[in-house]
Amino acid sequence: MGTCPLSRHFRHVSYHTTLANLPPITATAPLAAALSAQLGAHRVLTAPEDILPYGFDGTAALKQLPTCVAFPRDAADVSFVLRLAHAHHTPVVTRGSGTGLSGGSVPLAGSIVLCLAKLDRILELDAANLTLRAEAGAITQKIFETADAAGLFYPPDPGSMKISTIGGNVAENSGGLRGLKYGVTRDYVMGLEVVLADGSICWLGSKCVKDVAGYNLRDLFIGSEGTLGVVTQVLLKLLPKPAARQTLLATFSAMDAAAGTVSAIIAAKIIPCTLEFLDQKTLRCVEDFARVGLPRDAAAVLLIETDGHPAAVTDEADAIEKLCHAHGATSVRRAATTAEATQLATARRSAFSALARLRPTTILEDVTVPRSELAGMIRAVEAIAQKHHLNIATFGHFGDGNLHPTILTDERDTAEMHRVESALADIVEETLKRGGTITGEHGVGLAKKPFLKRQLGDNSYELLRLVKRALDPDGLLNPGKIFD
Amino acid sequence: MVKTPSPQSPNLLVGLDYSVLQQCMHCGLCLPTCPTYEETKLEKHSPRGRIALMRAIADGELAVSKAFGEEMYYCLGCLACTTACPAGVNYAELFETARAEVERQGVLDAPKRSFIRYWVVKFLFTRPRLLRFFGRTLWLWQASGLQSLARRSGLTKLLPANLRRLEPQSPAIRAKFSHQLIRPIERPAPSPDVSTKPPRRVAVLTGCVQDLAFSDVNRATVDVLLANGCEVHTPPVQPCCGSLHAHNGDLASARTLARRQLDLFNPEDFDAILTNAGGCGSHLKTYGHLLHDDPIYAARAAAWDKKLKDIHEYLVAINFRRPTSTAPASTVTYHESCHLCHGQKVSAQPRAILRALPGVELKECAEAQWCCGSAGIYNITQPETAARLQDRKIGHVLATGAQTVATANPGCHLQIENGLRAAHSTQSTPPRVAHPIVLLAEAYRAETAAADRNVL
Repeated sequence: MGTCPLSRHFRHVSYHTTLANLPPITATAPLAAALSAQLGAHRVLTAPEDILPYGFDGTAALKQLPTCVAFPRDAADVSFVLRLAHAHHTPVVTRGSGTGLSGGSVPLAGSIVLCLAKLDRILELDAANLTLRAEAGAITQKIFETADAAGLFYPPDPGSMKISTIGGNVAENSGGLRGLKYGVTRDYVMGLEVVLADGSICWLGSKCVKDVAGYNLRDLFIGSEGTLGVVTQVLLKLLPKPAARQTLLATFSAMDAAAGTVSAIIAAKIIPCTLEFLDQKTLRCVEDFARVGLPRDAAAVLLIETDGHPAAVTDEADAIEKLCHAHGATSVRRAATTAEATQLATARRSAFSALARLRPTTILEDVTVPRSELAGMIRAVEAIAQKHHLNIATFGHFGDGNLHPTILTDERDTAEMHRVESALADIVEETLKRGGTITGEHGVGLAKKPFLKRQLGDNSYELLRLVKRALDPDGLLNPGKIFD
Repeated sequence: MVKTPSPQSPNLLVGLDYSVLQQCMHCGLCLPTCPTYEETKLEKHSPRGRIALMRAIADGELAVSKAFGEEMYYCLGCLACTTACPAGVNYAELFETARAEVERQGVLDAPKRSFIRYWVVKFLFTRPRLLRFFGRTLWLWQASGLQSLARRSGLTKLLPANLRRLEPQSPAIRAKFSHQLIRPIERPAPSPDVSTKPPRRVAVLTGCVQDLAFSDVNRATVDVLLANGCEVHTPPVQPCCGSLHAHNGDLASARTLARRQLDLFNPEDFDAILTNAGGCGSHLKTYGHLLHDDPIYAARAAAWDKKLKDIHEYLVAINFRRPTSTAPASTVTYHESCHLCHGQKVSAQPRAILRALPGVELKECAEAQWCCGSAGIYNITQPETAARLQDRKIGHVLATGAQTVATANPGCHLQIENGLRAAHSTQSTPPRVAHPIVLLAEAYRAETAAADRNVL
């Protein structure tokens, strides 16, 4: 391939900015006043009505007021905020659109919320190198659309992609419906601009497909949940847009039949782009909201999408349809138009929120098991629900073993919340027994913190803490998330 | 559900059934559909942010402050969030309750605001005859040439700044109001087919602004219903539906007006009660809830809700007759009234009517469901945001190149018409703005005209 075609931008900023060049920070002025002086008063919120809506993210039953909310304009502003926070010994919680599902961006008492929502420009689409560079607050859907308009494809599609930010996706290493064939956010990040705890600004990675210069620190920050640094820019890899796609909806009278079908599809060496399932409770809620014609009496539905060369798509769709029928599908419907396919995918994306129709509090799990273990895991979740007398609906990504048992409860019912805790512990136990992980795509945050050590073991857990101490010695970046 | 607040806690948000607040699980899927969040990227200006503030008040963590009050009035009330919300949060109820609490506590009270609220909301819009008198006066001013004289002579420059800005936006009042165009009962032409069932009996609600500025829409509504074999009842004097009051924190007046409406129309007498204004319809369909604990009216209000239909919704439900006239090819685009598409989820039906028009091609515009900035009286209370939304809308509408912009709400109609006029001030004539039902009525009239020609 010869020399790597680095853009001018990278040559400019690929070196560590020396802190000597930045103005010194003192802790004399009050924090909010110092922030206002640098960022402008309208970029710093302190009034109760302004900051209260930043006290939570998409996670149920977690909230905490910050001391203020700051909106930086660029990496230099972020650097300023981090250095000021250091001078004031004040924790900083980075936030995008606040759609996280593990409490990762829920503030700490007394913390600054560093909101990157206004840092939302898409900076460059490089069609020659198939890359896209965007600020951290750019909306995932806009990135998808920008690529799409150029005949390119950004595959990761987390459920909240219409509003989630790419920085948040990187911080949580978000997955989505296309994980089975296309992988997750990590698989598309080629470079990052990161502001470290001491305020220094680094570029990690490049536009080169091959790049082994030094440690792969870029990957260290992907999924770091705001605990190691603040991602301010992202360089993404794009793919050519698949020429064709076909969506199928298969209906089953038993979850086991759906599971058998999934195994048969994989055994037939077909990797669909999407292989999602909804159980009866979930599909009924989704249908109540989206009205896309999901069969309310089915025990389970599979939403399957295949994409690629038109001939391959036709072949795969035919084969999938046959396999569905052979394994007990009561019906198979093919989306006739792109609009219908989009409607079905959008309906599936609404599953978690739609389940909130049933009970006041919706606690979403994110355990993931090796694909072959998924059918057994679904049965285990059903047994756990019965054991603890809880209402649990389950949906998720059948193809990649990532399931979302969702406990429908009421946070004000103390007795029931105790049973919820026991059930969560049982679900984790069952997952780890099967070689699974406590979180597939939502992150550890606050929600999974109690279970992390159990999964990693003492040595790996300590290694994580060692990395954290090396990069954030004062523990000011999103402290108390992932581990204490 | 709105409970009568306990004596210990008169706060309406505290008195609200907590599960309505709890229904929001703050997933954030409402954010990209909210025009004020889109504009500012601030959570306070988003549906889930506003609900969080309301919940904090219900929880006793936050007081009803001026900032809270201002936020509740910065919300357009467009209800786009309710279409996006998978959890089914009843934002309309939360928003009305919050505004009512803001008014109850008087945190926004100022002499001028109180004066306008009293005379307009409480006085003028609760008295249909007085409102018509006001409309007649305004018509005289416009029709006599005094208005254009005042504009040309620069006299309007003497108006206070607010009025000077609003004066050009004032609607052109019709020479005849609905009761001068529509008889109380109109019956369809007898069908030549004797086997047909007796005609459907329907009532038509004439509205307030619709009655003064768009009485032709009401006439067209009656014409279209007659053409579809309906017997149409249109009482000459009708009260305001109360939507203006409910949306502006005056639930007591809204209840009074709902009762008057129920006194005038017995739902049992009609196959359907029809409204042609998106904003009114969205509120009219909730009388059952509004009066659910009224010992006298609750049952009648519940029956009313079942009969209340938007005109497009009803025409599609009865499989309206497709006009057979011929017309030269033309293009139309459709702007959805927020309270028609989000408030009533009536979105496909107006399009079905537009597609049935002879020679007409429907050209969809981008963001057809995005608020145009009219939003009741929002363009008066929040002129800057309203103007930006208007520009955004006009841009999308003009991009379609359509000759006609169809929309089914008087506020949207005026907002778009004013926007188009401003955008076209130096160029050719702007696209026409018309209610879909007016277009349908014209197509039916063209049939009759053609038939008359054939007879001759």
